[in-house]
Order: sequence, then C-alpha cells, then structure tokens
Amino acid sequence: MRDRADLPATEETRRGRRRPRPRGRTGVAGVLGELLITAGVLVLLFLGWQLWWNDAVMAGSQSSAAAEISRTWIEQDRLARGHTAVPTPEPTGYGVPVVAAAPGPADAFAVLYVPRFGADYHRSIAEGIGLDVLNSPQLGIGHYPGTQMPGEVGNFAVAAHRSANGGGMHLIHQLQLGDPIYVQTSDGFYTYRFRDLEYVSPATVEVLDPVPHRPEASAVDRIITLTSCNPFYSTAERIIAYGVFESWQPTSAGAPAELATIIAAQAQG
Amino acid sequence: MYAALWRVLPGPVWLRILFVLVLLAGVLVILSTWVFPWVDSIVNNQEATVGSP
Repeated sequence: MRDRADLPATEETRRGRRRPRPRGRTGVAGVLGELLITAGVLVLLFLGWQLWWNDAVMAGSQSSAAAEISRTWIEQDRLARGHTAVPTPEPTGYGVPVVAAAPGPADAFAVLYVPRFGADYHRSIAEGIGLDVLNSPQLGIGHYPGTQMPGEVGNFAVAAHRSANGGGMHLIHQLQLGDPIYVQTSDGFYTYRFRDLEYVSPATVEVLDPVPHRPEASAVDRIITLTSCNPFYSTAERIIAYGVFESWQPTSAGAPAELATIIAAQAQG
Repeated sequence: MYAALWRVLPGPVWLRILFVLVLLAGVLVILSTWVFPWVDSIVNNQEATVGSP
C-alpha cells in the first residue's frame, strides 16, 4: 500500500508549489500510473488528430487540388477555342455524353461536386480505391476500377471516407431526392440526381454492378454510386448513395447554372 | 516521472511552466507530423469501400 499512498504526494509535488518533497522516490506503481495516463492521453490525442485535425487539413488540400484541376480543364478548353466567348448554355441538345477511356492508376480524371455536402465541396476522383487515392492529400475519392466512367451506360461507382482523411462524406446520409451530384471531367459536366440510400454489409460488391444487385441484367440507365462507411466513426456497415444521370454538357458550353456559381466562387477564393 | 521532470527544470515556477509549455508544444508537433501519420497508416480503421480493395 505504500506505493498507493505515494501517488497523491506525487500529484501534489507536481501541481503545488513550495511543498516539501515527499519522502523517498515515486514508487514503481506511481511511474506505471503516470505511463498509463500518458498512454490514454496519447490515444485520445490521436483520435482527435485523425477525426478533426487531419480531416480538416486533408480536406483543405484535397479541395484546392480539385479546384486547380477544374480550373486547368476550363482554361485548356478556352485556349483550344482561341479565347472565344463562352456560348450561352443550352438546356438540352448535347447528344450522347462523351465517355472517356479508363484512366491509369491514381490518375485524377474527374472532380465531384455535391452542393448538399457544402457549397464548397469539391474533390478529385482518381482511378483506384487504394489508400494511395483515398488517403492522399490531393485526391480523396476513388473510382472502382472496372465500373463505368462518367456518362457511360451502367454504374459510375466511387468511394470516399466518411469521417477522416478529408473524404468529407460526413453528410451523405442527408442527401435528398433530386439533389444534384455534378461530375466534371476534361470533356465536360455530367449532372446526376440523387435517388436513394442503401445500407449494406462491407462485402456487398453487388452495389457496384451496372445494375446494382442484378449481376445478370444489362444496364440501360446511367447511374452514379457513392460508397462510404457507416455508421459515423465506424466501419461496421457501408452507406451507399445512388444517383441517376440527368444531362451533360461539354466544357465549351460552361457548367450548369448552379455549378457555374460554385466554380466561380472557388476561382475567387 | 513527471515530478522528477519538474525538479530537473531550472528557474522559478513561471519559467518552469514556460519550459513545460514549450516541451508540450514540441511533443505535439512531433506527434502530429510524424507519429500520428505513421500510426494512421498501420491502423487504417477507416474503410470506405465495399469488397476487398
């Protein structure tokens, strides 16, 4: 019991001032206790770092990297057209959407905009779902290799973190029917409309099928599928958000009205 | 352990407190710059994908 009696004395010496030193040195249990408390504090610090600090830092760098890519594409298109004025966007009439070839591993080939996640939410989509993409300070969203590309008939499936590493899908469960999900590529802008959510086990790869859960069916619709982890701060389940393709317009036609506002805002700040 | 550290620190109490704060700041910088990213890379408890990547 001597060791235990030593503990408060150690506390007092540490906190208080001008107290006489305790007799003898801190016992083994005292040192052990301090080490355990330190370990506990370190674990809490790590969680705080992972879920808030690093999440915010990564979100910031991924966001500006995506804005940079978006700017580059628009600028390239403007140069290609010899700086002619952007024509007034037409609501329809751009025909079948252009489908890009499958990109190389970790190539950032698209930018995702989901206004429901925040007006300034934009992230690069890169090929592959490894940590080199999902945990990258520049990327953040991974395209499942083998699933379709933006605008292609079938399923354009992507993954992002819900609550860490800047993935920013915190609010995926708040998507509402008809919410726009924009995908920008070097070719143009693809507008999807959110349809529904699904909660599945982590092994449910059928959500990636061209027609989700119907491996034998041949696809007619163009859909987008976002996958993230669920519940918040857990990996027990996956949350799946489906969207249906609505329209596309080439870069030369400019972004859809709402997206144009977002892009203009990010160009300023 | 921490009591010993406190005794080792020189100067009056305010200077010791200053030392402690500087040490704490240093530890936090080391943790968030090197230690935590390394732990994060081996713990990887944030899976967002379906199937096995």
